[in-house]
Amino acid sequence: MPHYEPWSDERARAVIDEFAHLEGPLMPMLHAVQETFGHVPDAVVPMLAEKLNVSRAEVHGVVTFYHDFRHEPAGRHVLKICRAEACQAAGGDILADHAEHKLGCKLGETTADGRVTVEPIYCLGLCATAPAAMLDGRIVARLNERRLDALIAEAQS
Amino acid sequence: MTIRIYVPKDACAIACGADEVAEAIAAAALASGQPIEIVRNGSRGMLWLEPMIEVVTDQGRIAYGPVDAGDVEGLFAAGFLTGGDHALRIGKPEEHPFLAKQTRLTFARCGIIDPASFEDYRAHGGYRGLERALTLGPAGIIEEVKTSGLRGRGGAGFPTAIKWKTVADAKGDQKYIVCNADEGDSGTFADRMIMEGDPFELIEGMTIAGIAVGATKGYVYTRSEYPHAIWAMEKAVEVARANGMLGANIAGSPYSFDMEVRMGAGAYVCGEETALLDSLEGKRGTVRAKPPLPAHKGLFQKPTVINNVLSLTAVPHILADGGQFYADFGMGRSRGTMPIQIAGNVKFGGLFETAFGITLGELINDIGGGTATGKPVKAAQVGGPLGAYVPTWQFDLPFDYEAFAAKDALIGHGGIVVFDESSDLAKMARFAMEFCSVESCGKCTPCRIGSTRGVELMDRIIAGERVEANLVTLTDLCQTMKLGSLCALGGFTPYPVLSALNHFPEDFGAPPRVVLEAAE
Repeated sequence: MPHYEPWSDERARAVIDEFAHLEGPLMPMLHAVQETFGHVPDAVVPMLAEKLNVSRAEVHGVVTFYHDFRHEPAGRHVLKICRAEACQAAGGDILADHAEHKLGCKLGETTADGRVTVEPIYCLGLCATAPAAMLDGRIVARLNERRLDALIAEAQS
Repeated sequence: MTIRIYVPKDACAIACGADEVAEAIAAAALASGQPIEIVRNGSRGMLWLEPMIEVVTDQGRIAYGPVDAGDVEGLFAAGFLTGGDHALRIGKPEEHPFLAKQTRLTFARCGIIDPASFEDYRAHGGYRGLERALTLGPAGIIEEVKTSGLRGRGGAGFPTAIKWKTVADAKGDQKYIVCNADEGDSGTFADRMIMEGDPFELIEGMTIAGIAVGATKGYVYTRSEYPHAIWAMEKAVEVARANGMLGANIAGSPYSFDMEVRMGAGAYVCGEETALLDSLEGKRGTVRAKPPLPAHKGLFQKPTVINNVLSLTAVPHILADGGQFYADFGMGRSRGTMPIQIAGNVKFGGLFETAFGITLGELINDIGGGTATGKPVKAAQVGGPLGAYVPTWQFDLPFDYEAFAAKDALIGHGGIVVFDESSDLAKMARFAMEFCSVESCGKCTPCRIGSTRGVELMDRIIAGERVEANLVTLTDLCQTMKLGSLCALGGFTPYPVLSALNHFPEDFGAPPRVVLEAAE
């Protein structure tokens, strides 16, 4: 399970400053912020705007454009199930339905107890050993109902 | 004597349990007192056999797979350390028909060497291309690439030498080499495999490109879904720098080139070159109108070469063995080799590099062994989410840019996703529209609005509402998207939709004849 730090202005500034020397630093900065705090809080937007001498609207536009950046913290565990064509061809639809049923929430949602966020992902590049999924950054291929159940149990523990 | 064992570190192998296998082997060897060395190589590309481990014996490397951690004890008991017999024994990998039938240039080293070892790379012909490039100079390099006939492997098939010449001739105080490693197409994994299995090859290719056009800085833009590839590339960049092959005065020459690895954030459209450049600059990944071409005004408005991983990794071979050697493979205007990826519902999925000209049927039936489910093949989607569904009666189609275009299909990045007869192609057509609507950058109307309307139309068609009339509207909408979109996302989404409709109208609730008339 990933461990995130509580929000702190000072820490956020330090994280941002680490990438200030790069060309086009905004994406690396946003990734680092999310890696540190588990999401991209609103409070970081004006900090980034000031640092990069762009408007808040521009930073907000970038944050909201990319699927990866979270506005809210995710559940304790994040299960991403590939929903792209190769996994669909290999029976991914049934597995996605099964996961939704088992967790009691839809793809893109977090379970009521806040333990598991389940999301669609579009291609992990494991298409010859489909279907595939990722639990907290760990990849799993040749998924079947039994292996998916094991992943879900692990996420719920 | 220490016995060397290869356990792949390719993401596909890891996802199938390679890390656990490596641990089990280390533990078993320790218990038996046999000194071993585990090398984490890339994958050979026989992905249905992953994790495929190899042990170095007197007879050469002997492979076993697919190995589960639970099999390790039995393997030791069967004497696998000396190539002993076992149910999982494959024999010499290079003699396996799947590998023996290939022509491997780009993937020649992948799965064989230790991807983190600079010495291993050099010992297997690495940096021979760069050495020759340094003697040829910029104009000579471009001439060699021109002779090779290399065309952009990302999908567009644009001649690489022309792109390079344009950037070489452009004036700019700073020029860039950008590698498009944003491999978002489902059914493709060649970029990922090469970055994990032979990352120095990409570094060498980008360095040669830099020398050719006068660029001193390079970026590899890859996906957040590829953590293992990012790790392997970053490690290799560090090692290359430490060995004087990146930075100032590469290999003691007057040329300087350095590079960075950057990570996207889950936006499919960033695989489109201009959206990628905007993303690298720290902006929303929206598509730019062309002109200006990236070759004139690319990254930070500077002259930029933007090439796919497979284009850049073909370059070291072209330089090392000469452009003509490369051009002697292939057919028509498609020269050289293409790393083809066979995936989806297929028995023997993997990476198959071969000269252009092989037919789809050979790839899917002979090499891929048909479907994994054992049901008859219904169709294959070639070229990712924007590629056409090709029905079995067109499986004589040779892998060639022009031959595919003539059938309203595209090679794209060389991915083949196989579907069996239980697949519903109307559902897949709906998915194509939905994917486009989710991933559209929003800049142009045909893509942004058209895809949303397309999903609505498909919902009505699937529900059986006024099917005939809605199919006419759908076909018309597809024409608008095809002709009016700014980039390939909106422009090519009609390929899967219309190919599904034209070849499998019964899935859309229409009799074949009616649909074909409506489509005209």
